[in-house]
Amino acid sequence: MADNSLFGIHGAALEVRGQRMGILASNIANSSTPGFKAKDIDFQKALRSAQGGSIDGAVTGATMYRVPLQPSLDGNTVDLSTEQTAFAENAVQYQTTLAFLNGRINEVTRALRGE
Amino acid sequence: MSDQPLSIFAVSGRAMSAQLVRMNTTASNLANVGSVSNSADTAYRTIKPVFRTSFDKASGMATVDVENIVTAGSEPTKRYDPANPMADKDGNVWESNVDETRELVDMMETARGYQNNVEVMQTAKSLIVDTLKLGK
Repeated sequence: MADNSLFGIHGAALEVRGQRMGILASNIANSSTPGFKAKDIDFQKALRSAQGGSIDGAVTGATMYRVPLQPSLDGNTVDLSTEQTAFAENAVQYQTTLAFLNGRINEVTRALRGE
Repeated sequence: MSDQPLSIFAVSGRAMSAQLVRMNTTASNLANVGSVSNSADTAYRTIKPVFRTSFDKASGMATVDVENIVTAGSEPTKRYDPANPMADKDGNVWESNVDETRELVDMMETARGYQNNVEVMQTAKSLIVDTLKLGK
């Protein structure tokens, strides 16, 4: 999907955003697990390398541990407010990408119908 | 762990069951505040679940499981109370070691954790439904 000219960058963007949703959900799921280290995807970096190769490889390469705002005694680095904000932001961005894709599909459909 | 890759629903769902186990232990602990016994061995001790992260290499996601449930906290309190029907031959009873404040704080944290996972699931569900409607 990465070098698909019909959807341009948005196909890869949707997949990276979908994977980021999974990573952020994992952080929220482990908000009270001792020793759990929160991770996040550098979206720009992932998208840039996804255009040249596989999505999975790009996401793995752009996944980093989050730097905690304040250390906790049990070694858990999940900061719920940070994770919730990132999750909400990512959901909105996912929806935006869907809107771009829908627009493109409508455009192509109309062209095919000769409207 | 199953051999299927984790889905976002599995991640949040398993986290919710783990939080539910924690809520149940808290309920047991609070129910046993002030319960007495006739020996230190049979006295009620606070129970706590041990959470452990469960990684899935295939999807890069991680969920949480309850590894086991352990007893925690201080030793049961020995109290001289000969009038108590549970008292031993020397007139002592042992009271459970439940710390109510700690349990209530734990209960709040559990409720928030559960709620957050429910919201993650709801958001993921609506995004997936929107994706399925793509182009319609």
